[in-house]
Amino acid sequence: MITAGLRLESHKARAMQRPLQIAGLPASAVVPLDQGGGTTASPAVRPGMRVRIGTAIARPGDSRSATVHSPVAGIVRDIGVRDIPTPSGQALCIVIENDGTDEWDIPHAPTPWALVSPARLIDGIREAGIVGLGGAAFPTSIKLRAAREQSVEHLVLNGAECEPWISCDDALMRERAGDVVLGAQVMMHACGARRATIAVEDDKPEAIAALQTALSAASDDRIALLALPALYPAGAERQLLSAVTGREVPYDELPPAIGLVCQNVGTAAAVAAWVRTGQPCISRIVTITGSGVNQPANLEARIGTPLSALVAECGGYCGQPRRLIAGGSMTGQALTSDALPLTKAMNCVLVATGADLAPRGREMPCIRCGDCATACPAGLLPQQLHRGVLSDDAELFERHGLADCIECGCCDFVCPSQIPLTSRFREARAQARARREEMQRAADARQRFEQRERRLAARAEVERRAFDEARRRARGDGPPSGGPDAI
Amino acid sequence: MRFEVSGAPHVIAGFTVPRVMTQVLLALAPVAVAHVVLYGPGLLLQLAVCTVTALTCEALALQVRGRDPKPFLRDGSVLVTAGLLALSVPPSLPWWLAVLGTAAAVLLGKHAYGGLGSNPFNPAMVGYAVLLVSFPLEMSRWPLPAGVEWDAVTGATALDQLRTGLGQRLTMQEIFAQPVFGVVGDSGAQWINAAALLGGLYLLGRRIVRWHIPAAVLAGMAVPAVFMHTLDPGAHAGAAFHLFSGATMLGAFFIATDPVSAATSDRGRLIYGAGIGALTWVIRTWGGYPDGIAFAVLLMNLAAPLLDRYTVPRIHGHPKR
Repeated sequence: MITAGLRLESHKARAMQRPLQIAGLPASAVVPLDQGGGTTASPAVRPGMRVRIGTAIARPGDSRSATVHSPVAGIVRDIGVRDIPTPSGQALCIVIENDGTDEWDIPHAPTPWALVSPARLIDGIREAGIVGLGGAAFPTSIKLRAAREQSVEHLVLNGAECEPWISCDDALMRERAGDVVLGAQVMMHACGARRATIAVEDDKPEAIAALQTALSAASDDRIALLALPALYPAGAERQLLSAVTGREVPYDELPPAIGLVCQNVGTAAAVAAWVRTGQPCISRIVTITGSGVNQPANLEARIGTPLSALVAECGGYCGQPRRLIAGGSMTGQALTSDALPLTKAMNCVLVATGADLAPRGREMPCIRCGDCATACPAGLLPQQLHRGVLSDDAELFERHGLADCIECGCCDFVCPSQIPLTSRFREARAQARARREEMQRAADARQRFEQRERRLAARAEVERRAFDEARRRARGDGPPSGGPDAI
Repeated sequence: MRFEVSGAPHVIAGFTVPRVMTQVLLALAPVAVAHVVLYGPGLLLQLAVCTVTALTCEALALQVRGRDPKPFLRDGSVLVTAGLLALSVPPSLPWWLAVLGTAAAVLLGKHAYGGLGSNPFNPAMVGYAVLLVSFPLEMSRWPLPAGVEWDAVTGATALDQLRTGLGQRLTMQEIFAQPVFGVVGDSGAQWINAAALLGGLYLLGRRIVRWHIPAAVLAGMAVPAVFMHTLDPGAHAGAAFHLFSGATMLGAFFIATDPVSAATSDRGRLIYGAGIGALTWVIRTWGGYPDGIAFAVLLMNLAAPLLDRYTVPRIHGHPKR
């Protein structure tokens, strides 16, 4: 059960005042080949080539990525490293100039998924470019394959959408509940799960009602609907799985280890859209909201559309926008520019004015009040962890679970001393990672050195023996006699 | 367009240390009112002396330590220290002793260790202990509460009378028949305790303090009191007497709950509070001082780092420690 977390003002109603809209096509699309988790697909086109919507423009470079398709029809103008709105900051991108013809590549056909083998289905999902649309953009096929290999039993669809401001999943569940249910059925077939649960926070009654209708239409009693209390961060994967199943994923394992697999409802709908039409993933629903936008709304927009075009689609800026945030107010990443492209990972663009931001006062010393520990959904003692981080005491921060921090921001939110705990933990984690890699490199180097020493010593030994042997022969000693052969 | 960059989260609750301290001061108001009604306006003088001394010492110490004194003077923590000390000392205490106690609290108890957030001991209790050990006579002269007929203006509290009476082999009935005894405890302290309980419940309701420490202090005191009272009612007062005598409620809700010097995990806080309650009862029953809250708090402050070390809660997804 979720025992910690925060009740936050949701701010979701603003973008939900309008129905889901289809955004206009960009004049030029910048499509990142970054696949989350640090892998990149390899470009399959060259500058100057003409592509159509759905043309595969990059192929999976290794087993950890998925195909990338062109979101528009037009000419490939550039392939190069560009700024993108993800934590890595930059990635290889393919720039395609839209020629306005809006032509689809080869006609697509529906997939008779129930008749297709799970392995083929998973390959199809990979070739359709479907990645986690909840925010991680991790290739869905990898998760499904791991789930299949470890014979998971239970698929959990994450429709919690717990973070303030974001409502793209709410809009999706209201308007495309049938796709969410169909996606669940397809993914169960692909990964072999025997049952599924669609988990939604109880502050989305319309979405829950729509899903109920879709479920009774599908009359699939393997799929259950679960309303969770709206308590941030109910949608964090490990916390969600424990709220749904009552079991915790061990800290050093992934969900399939305990028979679970978790997918976002948007991902499920993308899978459903692919089996229904055969069209790959070239767009996503994104919430454009905040006090700095004239008409907040949820848009279905093509990947690679510049954020400025999306804001323009919603009536443009108003007031005095101060921060442009990719994501919600708790974990979103502040972006420097609105020229960045929409990625598959981006669920929300929050244009925050001063009214949406809470100014941080001067940081005071920690008074160990423990409010952070009460709020922490991972069961940490952030106050003690912070001491470990400040004093760079690895023993202390490891004991207090730096690696288990999910960077949800709850501790920061409640801290009366206004300590930027989450940023500190984020930095410390990055440093710890770098240090681990450095140590690994050092260990590898030492091992190589020691192996070389051993090799050299062994060779020297062989040479010495050969030399001794040769010397003995030269002196005419011969090998010592008296062995069994001599008799 | 260009935008400013800042790390997540982008909103915070904005509940600050000064606001925490303001709530604590507000919750202390009923205690101060009861104090003035019972013992006269002496408290107001003590409050004034302690507050001025505390602010002066805080400013001086920050200056010496090379810190900007403004935010720290505004954080209100030093006002809580001053308030708690003023409420703990007899209202007739000579002013220079109040100055001495407050200076010891702020300089020795707080800034010697690095100021706000770094003090291992509760500063107010450091000041109180310095005064009690150095000036036991002045520190135990409490005026008789309003409405009590007695042949002197100052006298011992019910806790003193209980100790003296038991020493003189008086029966419990004889001891409790003395005018200094009220409904459940000391005729004055029982009201102070009731007021502190009221303020404490307010803090619980506003979630300024959490229930673990106060509940554990009260339970830690009540359990041995009930046990010994049941075994030997002639030599041990009951739980109600202990809970409403001396500084029990003030200690449970306002002193033991000082987060800086307390244990920090929930389990640690339960042990910490229970230790304070039990030690207070032990000092009252067998120790050399009539009330033991201050020493019990200081002793458990010493244990807090150890409790923190051994009561780290289980992290999500980890096996039991």
